[in-house]
Amino acid sequence: MSYISKPKIDHGGLRKNKLGLTIQDYEGGMSTLCAGCGHDSITAAICQAFFELDIPPHRVAKLSGIGCSSKTPAYFLGQSHGFNSVHGRMPSVATGTSAANRQINVIGVSGDGDSLSIGLGQFAHAMRRNINMTYLIENNGVYGLTKGQFSASADIGSKLKKGELNEQPPIDPVQMALSQGATFVARGFSGDKKQLVPLLKAAIKHNGFGLIDILSPCVTFNDHEDSTKSYAHTREFFHPAVHLDYIPPAKEIKTAYDQGEAMPIEMHDGSRVVLRKLDKGYNFENRGQALDYVRAKHRDGEIVTGLLYIDESEPDMHTINATSDTPLSELEFKRLCPGSSALKEIQKRFI
Amino acid sequence: MKPTKVSENEYFHQVVDCQWGCPAHTDVPEYIRLIAQGEFSDAYMLNRASNIFPGILGRVCDRPCEPACRRGRVEEKPVAICRLKRVASDNRDDITSRLPKAPEKKNGKRIALIGAGCASLSVANDLMPLGYDCTIFEGLEKPGGLMRTNIPSFRLPEKVLDEEMNYIIDMGVDLRLGTRIDSFKELMKEGYDAIFVGTGAPKGKDLKIPGRYDSDNIHIGIEWLESVAFDHIDKIGKKVLIIGVGNTAMDCCRTSLRLGASDVKVMARKPRDFFKASDWELEDAEEEKVEIVVNHSPKEFVIKNGVLKGMIFEKMQYETDEKGKITNTEVVGEEFFPCDDVVLAIGQDNAFPWIERDLGLDFDQWDVPIVDENTFQSTLPGVFFGGDSAFGPKNIIWAVEHGHQAAISIHKYCHDEPLDERLPRGVNLSSAKMGIHEWSYSNDFDASSRRLMPSVDLKERFSNLDIEVELGFTVDQVVTEVERCLNCDLQTVFFPDLCIECDACIDICPVDCLTITPNEGQEAIEKNLTTPRLDQDQLLFVSEPLKQTGRAMIKDENLCVHCGLCAERCPTAAWDMQKSNLDVPYAIDEMNNGKANCQSKRKAG
Ligand SMILES: Cc1cc2nc3c(=O)[nH]c(=O)nc-3n(C[C@H](O)[C@H](O)[C@H](O)COP(=O)(O)OP(=O)(O)OC[C@H]3O[C@@H](n4cnc5c(N)ncnc54)[C@H](O)[C@@H]3O)c2cc1C
Ligand SMILES: Cc1ncc(C[n+]2csc(CCOP(=O)(O)OP(=O)(O)O)c2C)c(N)n1
Ligand code: SF4
Ligand code: SF4
Ligand code: SF4
Ligand SMILES: [Mg+2]
Repeated sequence: MSYISKPKIDHGGLRKNKLGLTIQDYEGGMSTLCAGCGHDSITAAICQAFFELDIPPHRVAKLSGIGCSSKTPAYFLGQSHGFNSVHGRMPSVATGTSAANRQINVIGVSGDGDSLSIGLGQFAHAMRRNINMTYLIENNGVYGLTKGQFSASADIGSKLKKGELNEQPPIDPVQMALSQGATFVARGFSGDKKQLVPLLKAAIKHNGFGLIDILSPCVTFNDHEDSTKSYAHTREFFHPAVHLDYIPPAKEIKTAYDQGEAMPIEMHDGSRVVLRKLDKGYNFENRGQALDYVRAKHRDGEIVTGLLYIDESEPDMHTINATSDTPLSELEFKRLCPGSSALKEIQKRFI
Repeated sequence: MKPTKVSENEYFHQVVDCQWGCPAHTDVPEYIRLIAQGEFSDAYMLNRASNIFPGILGRVCDRPCEPACRRGRVEEKPVAICRLKRVASDNRDDITSRLPKAPEKKNGKRIALIGAGCASLSVANDLMPLGYDCTIFEGLEKPGGLMRTNIPSFRLPEKVLDEEMNYIIDMGVDLRLGTRIDSFKELMKEGYDAIFVGTGAPKGKDLKIPGRYDSDNIHIGIEWLESVAFDHIDKIGKKVLIIGVGNTAMDCCRTSLRLGASDVKVMARKPRDFFKASDWELEDAEEEKVEIVVNHSPKEFVIKNGVLKGMIFEKMQYETDEKGKITNTEVVGEEFFPCDDVVLAIGQDNAFPWIERDLGLDFDQWDVPIVDENTFQSTLPGVFFGGDSAFGPKNIIWAVEHGHQAAISIHKYCHDEPLDERLPRGVNLSSAKMGIHEWSYSNDFDASSRRLMPSVDLKERFSNLDIEVELGFTVDQVVTEVERCLNCDLQTVFFPDLCIECDACIDICPVDCLTITPNEGQEAIEKNLTTPRLDQDQLLFVSEPLKQTGRAMIKDENLCVHCGLCAERCPTAAWDMQKSNLDVPYAIDEMNNGKANCQSKRKAG
């Protein structure tokens, strides 16, 4: 925590996006997290992604559960909407938000504790419903906020600061999402914004549930030598399998890609993402093979990163449930509430 | 790129833009902090250590520090460094007991100083405490040089001038007023151990166009100002034309207004971008309703029956390229301007008719003495020059710095030490960390804009030549202005071995001046900077390879506001905020062989 907040300094050299806003307009309150926490870097990457996508902050709803990670929505997009819910319950609030307003960008920030223990059921159902949202798990292998107990993502053999050994197998959100049928599955690292920012942009633009599992070291409780979620360990075993370029609408794809090595995908708003294989053994067109690959690499101790699977064709919750295009708050009262006579008609059915 | 060695090339000194910009390396941020703490006497003494005349310079310094000030890059205007210097001076207690004194036992060396301007006084200031006998020969009846004769008292009150000069003279300088040196050869015969020439650039440039010598109402600026200063002239006509648009012209036009002129025009040959006068001097003159007429080149004086009627000017038209350089000049007409008096303020020259040319003291093709830029020695060993006499007209602060350097040379010369083996400047660093999130300085960024100097009402100020126009900052203004200083001497010091590349510093930096990127040469680095490099002249710090990835930490010093947030957000203290203290050696340090030569120690007096 710092006593002074980050000053807003207009030195005339700040870049502006299409809305005439600077990155400062995408920042939030001063972080109260520990100095060096990976979560803060993710916060910065989120600011950058929304800034570069020219999305007005007030067109975003940010939602979270409980944890250090879940505190971070307070630190980005100060001018947006937010709801800090209860532990593991962010997906329900996100579902409601999305249902009520189809046009708003929904971003949920969660932790490995928040999503893989108490909130595991909610997490699974959000994927199943293919809610149109960006879902981040800021994964540090511990419950940071409650002082560093192992979470469900801790690897076998990883030790806590004081030496306790974890012997239970981890839940890998990426493998879970692949098998669960999630339509956008990615993994990143807080220490690599070059990779993370395009992942975020693609997830935000994805029509459906966009999961990014982001390794995000807890400097205070899980950055020591025997940790498998430290900066050093992550860097050593970091394995980018797929490279991603995000190309905004109406911009030409200049680079020529080899067939089979690269895959351009058109997003619903006309922007494109181009996936490029960094590991020849990877097949991003097949969910089953992707899962096999991630699982095998995981066995070898490697941390597979990149946009690992994407399917733009699956219908999202709005399509399946034929939700209103107009946000509910903008609908006439008459349309929102059919009135007491309609209620009576319905009730008759049950008598 | 090669990793930056911060111990080389005075890296940390360069970061303190004002101190780097100040010819005498005044420790600006430290004196501003002392003012903030209400320690005015300490702030005064710290100033005095380097610039000798805080009260004088707090009013009329040329302020090369201000255009250099970092604050001017971060927002619109620099810190009012000069005005704050005056605050230290105006609010100090009696500091006489803290002034340097001459020892009772002299060292037996006798030094002659010619001219009692700021250059000679600066030499005497440094040599008297070492036991030298200093004799100053001054042609006029009062000491001070141009500070007294040309800088008008409405900018620099006599009391302030006398007080600070007396601090030096009262150490026991043998000041011989009314003693013009007419022959250098004769002076040499008197057997001084060394001679310092501080006679300034006393010759005002003339304008030899038709009619020049046909009227008594055409004056040479610096001579005219001198006559005003000595009460030989106390009035001028109603309509006055000032020729030239440098700082002398500004003093001439404002003085005219106080001697009875009501219509004063400053005639400039070129457009405003080419004016030599400082912006603030122009502003002050224009505030007093002086009209500045551009693109008019003097052609002739119009004199009828021995009476000056006015001047004819050629109207000029200029073409410039995109850099603003003049590519073509054209005369497009003529214009007559009526006037009662004309003051020529078009520059000054050195003049040494009193130095014989057969002494081994060489002059160059423009009849300017050949002087070494570091030692200030002429081609005649034991004879030194400084101030305007050395390299032509500059300003007070340069004259003071020349004096410091000449004093070192004179000391070395008198002790048979090689003049060019001088103590180097150095930088000392000490951590400013006081607690986890506490620093020994006020690190928060204050967005306040520059305070404006309050001044005497326009009508009132013309009633008397001696009314000081600027009133000095009010308490509220001081309180705000000190916080505008960015504490550039609180350096960001990086320890690459500690960095875990978590990006915390990069994310928090309010001006995005940090980047971690592979060190693949300057071009690649600059392409990857978080914020594009706006000023190629500012330093770029490149760290040694980082442990985890081998990349480098890059810092573009240009816009850093020294807020300390990078150090605060760093989990491993790879960034630390450290107070840098510039060690500037003076003659006394040469005498002590470099022991205990630290400016901060000096502020105690
Ligand atoms: C109108 C005007 C306004 C200025 N305003 C400013 C300002 O606001 N701020 C600023 O920093 N600078 C200003 N300057 C410049 C500044 O005054 C000079 O750069 C500075 O005074 C130079 O100091 P000096 O000691 O080298 O010489 P000087 O101040 O010129 O002193 C030289 C002294 O030597 C004496 N002398 C000369 N020849 C002999 C001799 N043969 N024997 C004995 N004595 C002799 C002279 O009488 C004089 O007293 C101004 C200059 C002018 C002309
Ligand atoms: C219902 C409920 N159960 C338990 C807690 C205690 N609790 C607070 S945060 C947390 C775990 C947070 O871990 P994670 O989501 O990984 O966040 P991190 O702090 O590591 O970013 C727990 C168990 C709680 N706040 N509410
Ligand atoms: S405890 Fe860990 S997760 Fe929480 S703020 Fe500190 S470093 Fe980040
Ligand atoms: S901000 Fe302060 S320390 Fe920095 S250059 Fe300006 S006056 Fe000097
Ligand atoms: S002190 Fe650090 S955080 Fe503050 S502006 Fe300078 S580099 Fe950036
Ligand atoms: Mg966690």
